[in-house]
Amino acid sequence: MSNWLLIIYCGLITFLTRFSMIALLKKEMFNDRIREILSFVPSAIFPAIIFPAIFLDNSGDFQLENNPKIMAAIIAMLIGIISQNIIATIISGLASYWFLIFMV
Amino acid sequence: MDNKFRVFLKGIFDVSPLMIPVVPFGLIFGVLSIDIGFSPIETMGMSLIVFGGASQIVLLQLFSGGASSLVIISSVGAVNSRHLLYGAVVSEHLSDLKLIWKIIISYFLVDQAFARSNEYFKKNKDENKYFHLFGGGITCWVIWQTTTFLGIVLGAFIPEKLGLSFAVPLTFLALLVNDFRKLINVIVIIISGLVATFGFNYVPYKAYVIVAGVTALLTAAILTRLNKKNE
Repeated sequence: MSNWLLIIYCGLITFLTRFSMIALLKKEMFNDRIREILSFVPSAIFPAIIFPAIFLDNSGDFQLENNPKIMAAIIAMLIGIISQNIIATIISGLASYWFLIFMV
Repeated sequence: MDNKFRVFLKGIFDVSPLMIPVVPFGLIFGVLSIDIGFSPIETMGMSLIVFGGASQIVLLQLFSGGASSLVIISSVGAVNSRHLLYGAVVSEHLSDLKLIWKIIISYFLVDQAFARSNEYFKKNKDENKYFHLFGGGITCWVIWQTTTFLGIVLGAFIPEKLGLSFAVPLTFLALLVNDFRKLINVIVIIISGLVATFGFNYVPYKAYVIVAGVTALLTAAILTRLNKKNE
């Protein structure tokens, strides 16, 4: 599949998930139970991107020693829990990562 | 002042503080996309056609990992399934709109605009209130396109050893900060992460995002049910 076709399909599926409920839904079609479960989607999906990017190297092998990403991610997470601030989380993670690879 | 325009401006005003984290996210997307090998036009096309940060980053991540198109598209669908919730929540406020407005609003229904307009909709009965979501959505759109463009330009100057790809897990981590304090969410986060990490090499077709997401969502369903029984 060409890159453009891939981009267009990804755009279509993104649009359709946004549009389908607005277009089709009658008010009470989603009960509270389904709403509750859908509210867990970020917690269920995002870690599948986060964890491999931190713990695995480019070839997919475990990289647990000499891996500054682990420490930097832990620092970012702690700052995130304390500050509840998205920017502070990203900046503290990047700053500690750069500190670990350039200074230590 | 025209009421529609006033509500539109209110949407812009309300969503603006949420644009601060979007700036680094857009820059990172632009830089990474070029780094992975997409052309500047394709990168700009992604932001214009897809217009969804998480979707676009997942696209990049899986594309660079050599996943097939089908897996990339379904993973993007899985990431987007949260929009079903947004649509369901705002649909009751938009049910009287013409189809063309439903299409326009859907394109602009991103996380930040949803969060702010949902609050506004609950408090206001005005028939032009959809202009709030329109204003918020356009604000997100302008910021996203601008920062993507800047990322493309900057990408040429940023050295690879800065390890900017680490910004991807960091950005997603940052999007979960509110969930780290809730026990069920923490369990769901750990399950998803473990399944994805251990499944990375074993789940066929790089479908680990989907497998981990579905497993974790089932866990959420079971845990919330158990939690209710205990109450």
